[in-house]
Amino acid sequence: MSLGFIMLCHTALGRAAQVARHWAERGCPVVIHIDARVSRKEHDRLHADLAGLENVRFSRRHTCDWGTWGLVAATQDAAQTMLDAFPCVRHVFLASGSCLPLRPVEELRGYLAEHPRADFIESVTTADVGWTVGGLDAERFTLRFPFSWREKRKLFDGYVRLQRRLGVRRRIPEGLVPHLGSQWWCLTRTTLQAILNDPRRTEYDRYFRRVWIPDESYFQTLVRLHSTTVESRSLTLAKFDFQGKPHIFYDDHLQLLRRSDCFVARKIWPQANRLYREFLGPSETQAPRAEPNRAKIDRLFAKAVDRRVNGRPGLYMQSRFPVQDRENGKTAAPYSIFEGFADVYDDFDSWMSRCLGGRVHGHLFAPEKVQFAGNEKIYNGCISDSAALRDYNPKMFLTNLIWATRGERQCFQFGPRDNQDIARFFPFDVNAHVSVITGAWAIPLFRTPERFSDVRGEAARLQKIEIEHLAILRSAPVKARVRIWTLAEFLENQVEVLQTLLDEISPGAARRLTEVPRLVNLTGFGRFLQDLRNQGMQPTLLGEFQPGDNIALPVARRSRPHVVK
Amino acid sequence: MGWVQSYRLRWRRKRWYWRAKLRERQLFPVSDRTMTIHKRHVLLFCCLRNERVRLPFFLKYYRDLGVDHFLFVDNDSNDGSREYLADQPDVSVWHTTGSYRHARFGVDWLTALMSRHGHNHWCLTVDADEFLVYPFCDTRPLAALCDWLDASEVRSFAAMMVDMYPRGPIDAQPYVEGLDPFEIACWFDAANYTISRNPRFGNLWIQGGPRARSFFADRPQEAPALNKIPLVRWKRGFAYESSTHMLLPRGLNLVYDQWGGEKASGCLLHAKFLDPLTHKAEEEAQRGQHYAQSAEYLAYRDGLRATPDMWCKWSEKYINWRQLEILGLMSKGNWA
Repeated sequence: MSLGFIMLCHTALGRAAQVARHWAERGCPVVIHIDARVSRKEHDRLHADLAGLENVRFSRRHTCDWGTWGLVAATQDAAQTMLDAFPCVRHVFLASGSCLPLRPVEELRGYLAEHPRADFIESVTTADVGWTVGGLDAERFTLRFPFSWREKRKLFDGYVRLQRRLGVRRRIPEGLVPHLGSQWWCLTRTTLQAILNDPRRTEYDRYFRRVWIPDESYFQTLVRLHSTTVESRSLTLAKFDFQGKPHIFYDDHLQLLRRSDCFVARKIWPQANRLYREFLGPSETQAPRAEPNRAKIDRLFAKAVDRRVNGRPGLYMQSRFPVQDRENGKTAAPYSIFEGFADVYDDFDSWMSRCLGGRVHGHLFAPEKVQFAGNEKIYNGCISDSAALRDYNPKMFLTNLIWATRGERQCFQFGPRDNQDIARFFPFDVNAHVSVITGAWAIPLFRTPERFSDVRGEAARLQKIEIEHLAILRSAPVKARVRIWTLAEFLENQVEVLQTLLDEISPGAARRLTEVPRLVNLTGFGRFLQDLRNQGMQPTLLGEFQPGDNIALPVARRSRPHVVK
Repeated sequence: MGWVQSYRLRWRRKRWYWRAKLRERQLFPVSDRTMTIHKRHVLLFCCLRNERVRLPFFLKYYRDLGVDHFLFVDNDSNDGSREYLADQPDVSVWHTTGSYRHARFGVDWLTALMSRHGHNHWCLTVDADEFLVYPFCDTRPLAALCDWLDASEVRSFAAMMVDMYPRGPIDAQPYVEGLDPFEIACWFDAANYTISRNPRFGNLWIQGGPRARSFFADRPQEAPALNKIPLVRWKRGFAYESSTHMLLPRGLNLVYDQWGGEKASGCLLHAKFLDPLTHKAEEEAQRGQHYAQSAEYLAYRDGLRATPDMWCKWSEKYINWRQLEILGLMSKGNWA
């Protein structure tokens, strides 16, 4: 009972020689195929490196371009050489020049002895594969691919489109059911012999010559005709990235590879000296084996692909700058925007931060400067309170702040006095929770000692800005969670509204409202509004106020505590 | 972008190329060891003036990363930089007395050297105070990165500048030869960078960091650009457009993903804010050889006189590349 290796080599032949010697010295025959494009000099050096090893053979050379028939032809010839030259070989293992054995050959031999009739080859029907890159799976077998995908991409794509449009289809040889799978397999002598000596082999070869990437389908399909026990998995650890290129292993993967229970890994960086030293060294020097943990490798590479394809939500950086609406999260975490609350209450910020046990900002987009919580000059991530820096790119100011404070919910005030550029960004962000009291901007105007004529102009300006802002908040494509109350509505139900806000920010906390913020003194506010009307300015956003209205004060409310169900 | 503009940019690139060829006449070889460059070598290009103190650490740092050959342009140093470099076995040096400003801040000289010696090589272009950090740089040499970029069919690699500064006044602890500059200047800003896309060249324009908040808080549009593309699989005819911020052909500037994913990128740790700076800012402000009549240096000189401390309580202390990755300043992309 013996095991033989076929190695397909095209670069880093020095490493290939090392691995071939490792196997050959442990009694495994090796057949090496050297790509026809490898230079004479390198070819001779490999021969010289392996001279003196009885059980190493070289097979007829083919040109092996990625995804072409050459790879299959090379494998066929090498397999034939193996079967002819080493009659004792029972299992043939297909490997590449950049493969590295992770477990001693004896263990692999023992494993195969336990499964003497099994053919280890990943073989999946086209309908069931999820990993083909480029969207071509079933069509690999029914279209023609005369152009190289690597070098003549446009011609390749154009010809595929043309065939689709014309409805041209190739006939699949009778009896074949197309299967796909990893190129790296381990087959029994019987199966391999049956495939190579199939009476219809010329017909199959002619067909597969024009299939796209035949090295992933030739043996995978034919094994289904000849094998009695297909074990549909590869003994070679090979991970692929989102472009369908193999991930490469480096020295720092040593512990991971030790803990994989695979026999062979691909592909190894040729200069990963430590990996080659550790895994090709004498078995007794190897550290004791930890429990196999293949999931860890899977997770690592799945995360890498996810990072490349989806990225980290809310991050804008030098190598991730998504176009609009492809951000996969415009910001990194949920945040709350309060509009008007700081006008209605004198101490809304401090009340809110007491209730939440966190920091609450003032108006981050105030025209004079950024009002960070605690009046800080520089905030998380070294974000400056300079209005000029903020207004230079308000969107990135906000996304940076949310990114830099991940894990701590951000709350800030906003209103028509602030820089409105950002108001074209946050309504379309799912992470924004916007609560608006419309018309609250009138309260500071009511309390200002300025001349009434100035106040009237300012009121008209703010109202215009707020109307535009509300139109955005009420438009169809808004993604933010928006709640809007008129000032009159809000004053009617203050406690309920405040409770809703707190519940939303920290759900599950079921905090009972123990204190309400201090409402500003609104005596005479109704009169003020009537004065505005009398001056010809119609305040439309505040709701219903009668002149001389007696606004309900929170003192009256306090006697009726809010009950949480 | 229409074909008219494409064609224009093509001519622009050709112009830079021939301009570099002309400026090459200003370069005189001091020690030319380019015969030892091997086909697969990673090359480093650098233009400097009076950086003798920084050179020993600079060379050590990049030798450890696996740079195989250094090509320097010495712009008339008088502190022994040239002589020191000429003695190094893996360094080639050219001397020039030409105007730094007229050579597009050294870019013309370097382009000339790169088109002559850098064709088909991975070329790293940095200043003497810039130190490249890339994913896994503590365990994988530069050749591993370059091989991986080749395998992924990527031709250029972005590394944003991260300005490093000390805690306390910049001149409190002077830099001594051979010392790791980031033992003194080990602080940086984590998340105050603003990015916009440059539609003409397709690159990202990044500003921010301690320089923007300390020296340019009232005129942010003038804050220096931090985006850099220092590592390129060079072909004859490529040309850096403005420092190493962007280059032509434009495709090389697409180092970022636009559909939500992250491409691999690194950082250039910028050890500018160290003691030699205060003198240097004076000198360079007077020489007026830098960008926009050395406006940047004028700002530093004035800024450093007024507020010498760039440190604040939110400054991050540099640990390693993984920290930069977690903070989102760089990314591993799909390199694992």
